[in-house]
This record gives sequence, structure tokens and C-alpha cells, in this order.
Amino acid sequence: MRGALAIRGLSKSYRGHPAVRDVTLDIAPGELVTLLGPSGCGKTTLLRLVAGFESPDAGSLSISGRDMTSVPPHKRPVNTVFQHYALFPHRSVAGNVAFGLELRGLSAPEIEHRVARALGLVRLDGLGERGVHELSGGQKQRVALARALVLEPELLLLDEPMAALDPKLRHEMRIELKNLQERLGITFLFVTHDQDEALVLSDRIAVMNHAKIEQVDAPETLYERPRTRFAADFLGVQNLFRASVLDVSGGIARVATAGGLQLQANDDGGYRKDAAVWVGLRAERISLVERASNVFEGAIDDEIFLGDWTEWRVRTSGETVSVGEGNVLARARRRGDAVTLSFPKEAVLRLEDGEASE
Amino acid sequence: MKRERRIAALLLAPSLLLLLVLFYLPQALLFVVSLGRRSAYGGVVRDLSLDNYLRALEPLYLGILGRSLALAAATTVLCLVVGFPVAWWLARRVPARLRGALLALVVLPFWTSFLVRMYAWVVLLRSEGIVNLALGAFGLPRAELLYNDAAVLIGQVYGELPFMIVPLYVSLEKLDGALVEAAADCGASPARAFASVVVPLALPGIAAGCLLVFIPSLGAYLAPDMLGGGRTAYVGSLIQSQFAVARDMPFGAALSFVLSLGVILLLLVFRRPLRAAQAL
Repeated sequence: MRGALAIRGLSKSYRGHPAVRDVTLDIAPGELVTLLGPSGCGKTTLLRLVAGFESPDAGSLSISGRDMTSVPPHKRPVNTVFQHYALFPHRSVAGNVAFGLELRGLSAPEIEHRVARALGLVRLDGLGERGVHELSGGQKQRVALARALVLEPELLLLDEPMAALDPKLRHEMRIELKNLQERLGITFLFVTHDQDEALVLSDRIAVMNHAKIEQVDAPETLYERPRTRFAADFLGVQNLFRASVLDVSGGIARVATAGGLQLQANDDGGYRKDAAVWVGLRAERISLVERASNVFEGAIDDEIFLGDWTEWRVRTSGETVSVGEGNVLARARRRGDAVTLSFPKEAVLRLEDGEASE
Repeated sequence: MKRERRIAALLLAPSLLLLLVLFYLPQALLFVVSLGRRSAYGGVVRDLSLDNYLRALEPLYLGILGRSLALAAATTVLCLVVGFPVAWWLARRVPARLRGALLALVVLPFWTSFLVRMYAWVVLLRSEGIVNLALGAFGLPRAELLYNDAAVLIGQVYGELPFMIVPLYVSLEKLDGALVEAAADCGASPARAFASVVVPLALPGIAAGCLLVFIPSLGAYLAPDMLGGGRTAYVGSLIQSQFAVARDMPFGAALSFVLSLGVILLLLVFRRPLRAAQAL
């Protein structure tokens, strides 16, 4: 049970404006779960509720099986890596890491030993005497991590810890953080608005939008099978169409988009004849070469060069479809070319409109 | 470069001239006076003796200086205790759009003369004053509230409080709230977080506020004179009485230099911690 987090119906509003609405989430010991969503979706508020910096209007939460709903932050077995690190400017690197240990009344040699070990863990050996203002952004982040880890929390909370780092460093820190988490086996609850970060790091991702969790799944599942329009959009599904169901038979649903594109999709049991749905289609699942069950003629309207691949905007039957193609093939095409685009039935994602169902 | 320096000198000239003519020159004259003797009719006989300074260090006067130090220290501590929550509330709890207006309210008493504000306390505290009338209305016995050290302290704290609140406000407003949360996150109770994080980081404001309250309180004259009943129990009143009542200008001048010297010594003692605080 050590390290388990159970959130039950947690809600929090600010002046009548809901920041977290009826959120229920279970995290297993040793799991790394990401709260993913745009700014203002409530992910940071949820994290602060778990840390104890905010108290909920309704609901409960327990950590390691103990109810923590009304326990003040300094008594929770939880530590936080803050977004801008929140290092104490009047203390040295070692002084920052030692702070929590001093509060626990450990002996000076014991503190020294543990601080050295924590600094080693984040590869800051020998920098203990530095002032925190002498550090680079990446080093500050490591100090914040060491300060939290040295207290051996049952649950580590990370509030967009990479947001202030440059992209290359961010990539390195992701891998390092993931390794560290696997090695220590501490439960991590990680807040980010960066879908790549969430995909790389997480055991499971909780997608948040408008104060609610829309979907919780493993990265692969979430990527392959987003369930809501918002989740699909946020995870980079380029083609989202409002559509209506024409008919459902033999495990196949036929839908028509608002622009008039008629698609065949595998029926997942959620299609109802004449009902309005959202469907999504990843650009990389559409081919300009192969032939599958859905085939449309079109012409290239626009191109977006993305390095190792190109995104074509293809105009077809009243809709513009984004098609991704690796640059080995893409080099042969140019704007205005007539193309045939095609994708299998299983590439069509049925999406719930989380926002409309409110 | 040369031009810039000329302009700088030109801009500085009025204030330098003012300081020179209205401060340093009188101070120098006063110093000369302090080395002289009182004539039989209250004039000054020029001399070059340290007798006045030796007299100022007699136990009687050292005792008065000690009382002034105690008053200044008590005023400073009370202002800090009363002012800190106000500054905290203004800087961290009040919505930003209201802060300016509320801060103006803190400074508003300065629009009224200190003398008038001290007289207001006389009205409040005297035996037929509002406080005693209120006590009487509740059937409580009247209290002698005026013309004692407590009344002096009340007036002094009231008068100096804005000088404490404003610098505290400035440094508390800059304090990053996440640091207080980080302290709690590391296991610090609110009291511990206050002592270990808030106080060290607010030290520049605390130091500035304490100095701004302590120094004028040391030489306070109006509050002791009006609320303390005008007895020369504090050094400010003592100096005033040497000039105005005893007609002993040389001794008064010597006393005022002893007081200045005391302040300078205190500043020197606190210079290091102050500078350390400013470096943060």
C-alpha cells in the first residue's frame, strides 16, 4: 500500500469557478502517472490538493491507505518539485537539501551523509557549498529533486518541472527522471502540458480538460485510441470531423462528415444510426500509396515541412484532410498534385465530445 | 563623460548646498557651543573644555539615556509585532487592486501634524477622556492613563508604526509564496516556515523598519513631552529643556552629540547583519 494514492470525487472551486470537478483517480504504488492538459485545465490545482496546499470543497484523498483529506501539507508523506523550483535563496545547495532533515531532528553527520547521497543521486556531487543563485536552470531542478527525494516521500509530486529548461536539456532530464523513478520505485504524480513528455515518462496518462479527467490510459492506448475529441486533439490527432452515422451493420459503421466525406469505420459498439459523432484520423495513418477500405480522390492544397516528414493538406469532397508522409516519398510531390488518399477502417476513431456532454 | 559629470554636479549642488548650510554648518556651530560654558545670563562663553561631555556621562544623565534606549527598543519591538501582520496582510492577502488604496491609508496620518496627533491621544487618554468615559459607562473604575511611560509608549508606537509597515510591506511583497509552500512541503509547521524562511527573507525590510523606528524614537520629544507630562525623563525632553528652560545651551549641545554618537555606534554594530540582509 505504501505509495498508493486514491482520489475520490475531489472538487475545488475558486469564487464559483470550478478548478477541479469530481475527480476520481487511483494510482498504484511505484506508478508514474501524468496529469496532462492545457493551462487552466485544473491539473496544477489537483496536484496542490494532493500536496495539501489547497483544501477540497468535496471528496477525499488517501495516501498509502491513510486518509489525508484534512491533513496539513507539512504532515503529509509527500514531497513536491515546484515549477520554478522554489529553492531557498538564503541557503546553499546542501542547505536546501538538508532543510527537511534538520526539521526531523536528525544528527549532523546523518544529515551530511544523506545530503551527499541525494546530491549524488541527481549527479550534483561536490556542489553542496554553492549558492542556489550560482546554478543553471538544470542544476536548480536537480537540487529541487534532491530536496524532495532526500525525505524519502511515499509520493513525489512534480509540477511542470521541465517547463523552464531548454528543449535539449528537457529531453535528457526526462530520461534521467524516468530511470530514477524506476530505480527508486517511488510513486510519481507528474503535471505537464507537453504531450511528448507525458508519452515518454508515464505508465499512465490522465488527460484533463475543464477541471475534469477525460481519459486515463497507458501512453500507447491513449495515443492509439483517444476516447474524447479533446484527448484526440491534445494528443495530436490532426483530422477531427463532426459527422453523423448513416448506418451500422456487420461490425461496420458508415459515417458522413459535415463536409460530405463518407467513411467506413470499425463499429466499437458506440455508433448509433443517425446520431451525431466526432471522428478522428491520424495524419500518419492515411496513405497516398496503399489502398485500404476508405479511398478518396483529392488534390494537394498546402504543405507543411516538418523535418523527417511532411504534412500534406489534401482537399477532398468538401473537407481538408491532413496526411503525413515520410520525406523519402514526399519529395516526389508538390502543391496542386492530384492524389488518392486511403486509410483502413480501424484508423477511424470514434470520439465523444466531452465538452458537449456537460 | 566630462559633460555628464558636470550635469551630475549641477544636479547635486542644491541638495549639497542645503545640507551644508542648514545641517553641517549648524552642527559645527553646535559642536563649538558644546565645548563652551553657560554664562550667568544663559549666554555662551566660548571655551575648549570637555566638561559638558563629562557631565553628560554622569549616572543621572546616563540613566535618562538608558530610559530613552528602553523606550526606543520597546517602540521598535511593538511596532514590529503590530506592523508585521498588517504588512503581511497588505502584501499577500489583499487583492492587488486594493493594495495601493490600503497602503495610502497606512500613510494617511502623516497628513496631520505629529503634534495634533499626539494631542488627540491626550484627548483619548486624559481622566475625562473618551477611554475613561467608556470605562465609566460600563461601571468600571477610571484609570490613570495619561502622563506615564505607557502613554508615551502608546503615542510613540502609534506615531512610528507607518515607518515600520512600509518597508516590511516592500520586502514581504517580493517574497515568493512558493518558498513558504516549499518549507511546508519539507515538513515545516507554519511557525517553523515563518522562522526559517519568511523572517530571513524579509530581513532587509525588518532591518530598515527597525532603524526607521528606533532612531527617531531615541530622540523622541513630543510624545514624552505631551503624553509623559513633560517631565525630563527622556533624553529628547532633556535636551529641549536645556535649551528652552535651563538656558544651558552648551550642555544641551553636548547631550545631543552624545545621542548622535550613540546612534552612530549602534549603526556600526548592526552594519554587518544589515549588509548581509541586503545581499539576498
